[in-house]
Amino acid sequence: MNVLSIMMFTPLVAAVVMVLFLRGEDAAAKRNVRTLALVASSATFLISLFVYAGFDPSSSEFQFVEERSWLLGLNYKLGVDGISVLFVMLTTVLMPITVLACWNVEHRVKEFMAAFLVLETFMIGVFCSLDLVLFYLFFESGLIPMFLIIGVWGGKERIYATFKFFLYTLLGSILMLMAMIGLWIDSGTTDIVALLGHSVSIGPIEIFGYSVPGGLQTIMWLAFFASFAVKLPMWPVHTWLPDAHVQAPTGGSVILAAILLKMGGYGFLRFSLPMFPVASDILAPFVMTLSVVGIIYTSLVAMMQEDMKKLIAYSSVAHMGFVTLGIFAANRQGIDGAIFQMLSHGFISGALFLCVGVIYDRMHTREIDSYGGLVVRMPVYALVFMLFTLANVGLPGTSGFVGEFLTLVGVFQYSSWVAFFAATGMILSAGYALWLFRRVVFGDLVKAALSSISDMDRREKLVFVPLVAMTLLLGVYPSVVTDITGPSVQQLVDHVGEALQESQRSVQ
Amino acid sequence: MTSLILFAPLVGAIVCGFGHRFMGERAAIILATGILFFAAALSWLVFFRFHGETQQIHILRFIDSGTLSSDWSIRLDRLTAIMLVVVTTVSSLVHLYSFGYMHADPQWKEGESYKPRFFAYLSFFTFSMLALVTSDNLLQLFFGWEGVGVASYLLIGFYYRKPTANAAAIKAFIVNRVGDFGMALGLFLLFLLVDSIRFDDIFARAPALSQMSVDFLWMSLNAAELAAFLLFVGACGKSAQLFLHTWLPDAMEGPTPVSALIHAATMVTAGVFLVCRFSPLFEFAPVALSIVAAIGVATALFAASVGLVQNDIKRVIAYSTCSQLGYMFAAAGVGVYQAAMFHLFTHAFFKALLFLGAGSVIHAMHHEQDMRNYGALRTKIPITYWVMLIGTLAITGVGIPLTHFGFAGFLSKDAIVESVYAGSGGSGSVGFWVLVISALMTSFYSWRLMFMTFFGSERGDSHAHGHAHESPWTMLVPIILLAVGSVLAGMVWYGDFFGHHAHEFFGSSVFVGAENHVLEDAHHVPGWVKASPFAAMAVGLGMAFLFYIARPGLPGALARTHRPLYLFLLNKWYFDEIYEFLFVAPAKSLGRFLWKKGDLGVIDGTLHSVAMGAVPFLTRLAARVQTGYLFHYAFAMVMGAFLIIAAIAVLGSG
Repeated sequence: MNVLSIMMFTPLVAAVVMVLFLRGEDAAAKRNVRTLALVASSATFLISLFVYAGFDPSSSEFQFVEERSWLLGLNYKLGVDGISVLFVMLTTVLMPITVLACWNVEHRVKEFMAAFLVLETFMIGVFCSLDLVLFYLFFESGLIPMFLIIGVWGGKERIYATFKFFLYTLLGSILMLMAMIGLWIDSGTTDIVALLGHSVSIGPIEIFGYSVPGGLQTIMWLAFFASFAVKLPMWPVHTWLPDAHVQAPTGGSVILAAILLKMGGYGFLRFSLPMFPVASDILAPFVMTLSVVGIIYTSLVAMMQEDMKKLIAYSSVAHMGFVTLGIFAANRQGIDGAIFQMLSHGFISGALFLCVGVIYDRMHTREIDSYGGLVVRMPVYALVFMLFTLANVGLPGTSGFVGEFLTLVGVFQYSSWVAFFAATGMILSAGYALWLFRRVVFGDLVKAALSSISDMDRREKLVFVPLVAMTLLLGVYPSVVTDITGPSVQQLVDHVGEALQESQRSVQ
Repeated sequence: MTSLILFAPLVGAIVCGFGHRFMGERAAIILATGILFFAAALSWLVFFRFHGETQQIHILRFIDSGTLSSDWSIRLDRLTAIMLVVVTTVSSLVHLYSFGYMHADPQWKEGESYKPRFFAYLSFFTFSMLALVTSDNLLQLFFGWEGVGVASYLLIGFYYRKPTANAAAIKAFIVNRVGDFGMALGLFLLFLLVDSIRFDDIFARAPALSQMSVDFLWMSLNAAELAAFLLFVGACGKSAQLFLHTWLPDAMEGPTPVSALIHAATMVTAGVFLVCRFSPLFEFAPVALSIVAAIGVATALFAASVGLVQNDIKRVIAYSTCSQLGYMFAAAGVGVYQAAMFHLFTHAFFKALLFLGAGSVIHAMHHEQDMRNYGALRTKIPITYWVMLIGTLAITGVGIPLTHFGFAGFLSKDAIVESVYAGSGGSGSVGFWVLVISALMTSFYSWRLMFMTFFGSERGDSHAHGHAHESPWTMLVPIILLAVGSVLAGMVWYGDFFGHHAHEFFGSSVFVGAENHVLEDAHHVPGWVKASPFAAMAVGLGMAFLFYIARPGLPGALARTHRPLYLFLLNKWYFDEIYEFLFVAPAKSLGRFLWKKGDLGVIDGTLHSVAMGAVPFLTRLAARVQTGYLFHYAFAMVMGAFLIIAAIAVLGSG
C-alpha cells in the first residue's frame, strides 16, 4: 500500500476500533478514547511527514501516485502535487491540535472523537483524490461527520444551523454531481490527471434563445462553482457559516474554518481553473465582483457583531474573498497568494476559534459584552489572542500578511479597480479585529463574573504552541510554502495561458 | 555590524519580554537598555566611518513568487546611517529615562508587573524602525512600516485600563492603515511596472516610468507621478500630515517616553525618510512633489494654529511635531531632501528633549498634564526648566541671523525656509510666507508653554505644587544629553547636511535631478529672507510674553471676543467630528444594515422561503437526531452518497 493510503486510512481505522472495542462510560474509558484519538491523529501526522519529506518540490507532477481498480469498475487513484500536498499537511497538523483542544468534552466522547477521525480521513481523501468519483465521495461525505458534530455537540440553535448548512451544500452538490457526470460523458474518463489535459468545448450553446459564451465550459464551470462557492463560502451564499460556527463546538469550528472551507478553494484550483480555463476567464469579472463585494460587505457586518464567533466567522468570509480573487487573477502571485492565504487562514482562524473556546469553556458565553479587561487576569491568553488578532489583520511578519499581499499583487495585475476595493479590506479588518480585542481583552476588569477567571493552563498553552510557531514561520520565511507550490502553480498558470491563447486562435 | 545593530533590539525585546520571570524585572530592563546603548554606540561608529558607498547585506529570503522576489536584507547608505543614529540614540536615551519615569507608575496597582512589558515594546519598536530604515526593498520597508505601527498601537494603549488610551491606540492603527493602503497600492503598481520591488531596480527604471502612462481606476496617469503619489499617501499616514493627522494628538495617551521616541523623534519621521529614500522617483514626478510641498506647508500652518490654544502640555508638543514634520515635507517637496533630512536630524534632538522635559514636569506634578494647573515651576524643578528652555530656543530657531551660529532648529528650519523660497518662486511664493507665519506661531506656542509652566503664579492643586520635585538622575541625564544635541547638532552638521559639501555627504543616497539647483539657490537668497524666520520668532516671543507674562488677562479676553475662531482652533478644525460623521458612523450603520437587512433579511429570507417546502421533512429528521438515532441518520446519509456513486459506476461501466 502506498503511503498516502496508509495516512488516509489511519484515522478511519482508529475510529472503527474506537467504536467497536472501546466500551464504557467511566472516566478511564473516556481517557482511553481521548488517548486513542490523539495517538491516531498524531500517527497520521507523522506519516504525513514522510510525504512531506519525500515530496520533490522541483516537480510539478503528481507524486506518490497510487492507482488500482475498485468496486464496480471504478478507479481508486491518489496522488499529490504542489497545490494539494500542503493542504494534506494542514489537515494532519491541525487534527492532533483539535483533539487536544477538545480534551474536556464529556458528552459522548467516543462518538465525538470518532466523528473527528472519520472526518480526517475524508478531508485527506479530498486533497489526495485523483479520480472524479473518489473526490466527490470524499467531498460530500465530509459533510456527514461535520453535520453530526454540530447537530449533536452544538449549541442551542444547532438544528437550525445544521439544516442551513445542509440546505446550502445540497444544492451545490447536486449541480456539481451533474457537471461531473457531464464531464465524464464529454471526456470518457474520471481520471483527474487525464481530465486536466482534456479541453471541454467552448462552442457557444443556445439556451432559450440566449447564446452562452464559452458554451459547455461555462455551464460546467457554473455547476462546479455552485458547490465550491457555497463551501468556501463566497458572498452571497455565506450565511450558513456564521450560524454553523456559532452553534458548532470549539473543535468543530476549528476544523470547519481551518480545513473544510479550504475544500472550496482547492476545488477552484483543481477543477474550475485548469479544466475550464476559458470559462474561468469569461467569468472572472463575475467572481471578482462577488469577492470584492464580499470582502467589504462581510467586513462591515463583522464590525457590528455582538457574538465573538460570528465576528470571526464573518472575518473568515472576508479572508476567503482574497482567495477567490487570487485564484481568478490566474497569475503566479495571485494563485501562490491564494494557496498561502488558505493555509495561513487555517492556522489563524483555527487559533482564533480556539481563543474563543478558551474563554467560552470558562464563562459559557460568546457575547462580547460579557467580557472586558481579561488581560488583567489572563496575560498569557491576552498575548496569544493579540498575536492572532494581528495575524488576522495581516500584519507583516505573520502569515496573514503574505497571503493577502501576494493575492493583491496578483489582482492588481488583473485590475486596479478590484485591487483598490479589495485593499480596503486591510483597513476594515483592522477595524473589526482590534475593536473585538479591545472589548474583550483590554479595559479594566470590572465584571463580577470575571473576577476569578483563570489564565490558560498547560494543555491550553500547548495547543497554541504549534499554531504560534507556524504563523510566525510562514510570516517570516514564506518560502517554505511558495517553494513547494511554485512549480505546480507555474504549470497551472502556463496551462491556463496556453488554453486562452488557443481559444483566441480558434475564434479568429 | 549593521546586522548587529538591527537585531540587538529584537533580542532585547524578546529576552526582556519573556525572560523577566527567570532573570528578574530589574535585570531584564537593564539588559534591554544596555543592548540599546550598545546599538547606539555601534550606530555612531557606522555613521562616522561611513564613506559613501551603498552596501547591501543579504540575510534571508523573504517572499518568492515568480518574478516577485525579495529578501530580508540591509541597505546601508548615508540616509540609513543618519536614521540609525537618530533611532538608536533617542531610543537608548528613552530607555534610560523610562527607568525613572515608569518607576511606581500610579496607573498600576500594587504588585503588577508592567515594566518589562514596557521595555520590551520599546525595544521591539526600535527593531521595527531599524528594519524600516535599513530595508533594501519595498516589502521589507512595509514590514518595518507596519511593525512600528503595531509597536505604536501597543504603546499608545499601554495603560490598557484607560478607555481613552484604547480608543487612541485603535485610531492610530486604523488611520495609519489608511495611509498604508495607499502605500500598498503604490507597491503593487511599482511591481506591475518594474517587475521588481528592489529599490535599485525601481530607481533605475524611474526615468522610464516618467515617460509612461498607466491606467489606474478610471484615470490614465503618468506612472512615476502616480507611484510617487501613492507612496506619499503612506507617508502622510505615518507622519501625521494633513487629513491623516488625527491620530497623533490622541496618541499622547501613551506614556510620555513613548511620545518622545515614537511620536516625535523616530516613527513619525518615517514618512519624510520614505520621500527622501524615493528621491530618485520623486525627482521624476514633479506634480507629486508639488503635492508633497503643498501638504507639508498646509500641515505646518494647520498644526501650528491648533497648537496655539491647546492646554494639555503634551498635545501642544504633539501639534508642534505635526507642524515641524510639515516643514520637512515642504523641503522635500521643493527638492531639497538634504534640508528635510537635516531638520529631521535636529528635530529628533530637540523634540525628544521637549517631550522628555514635559515628562519630567508631569512627573513632578503627579501626572497633571493641564498647563492651566502649572505655573512658577522654574524654581522647583530648575534643571528641567533649563533644559526645556534650551529645547524651546532650539525649536523656535534662536541664533544669530545671517551666520551659522545658533541652536539646532535655527539652522535646520532656516534651511527649509530658504529652500522653499528658492524652490517655489521667491517672494511671491505662498509656501514661503506660510512657513514664516508658522514659525511665528511655533515661537508663540512654544513660549506660551514655557511661560504657563515655569513662570507666573502657581495655579491648580496646591498639594501637587507643594510636592513638586526634581526628577531622578535617570531622567535628567538623557534630557541633558539631548540638550547638548539641541545646542550643537545644527552647528556641527550644517556643512554636511546643507552646506557646500552636502552633495558628497549624501552621495548616491539622495538623488537630485540634473535641473534641480534649489539647494545652491537656497544659499543665495536675499538677506531679508534668511532673517525672516528669526524675525517671526522674535515677534512670536514678544506676543507670548505680552499674553502670558505682561497681561495675563489678554488670552481669556481674546478667546471671548473671537469665540468661533477660538473654538475652531480648540477643536482642531473639527476634523475628528467630520471624520466621525463621514466615515465612522456610516460604516457602523452600513454594517448593521447589511447584517440585519442583507444577511438576515434578504439572503436568509430567500433561503427560508425556499426551504419551506422541505421543512416538514427536516423536522422529522430533527426529531430523529434529537432522540438519539443519529447513527441511523448518518447511515442514511452514507448510503445516499454510495447510491449516487453506484449510479455513476453503473453508468460508467455501461
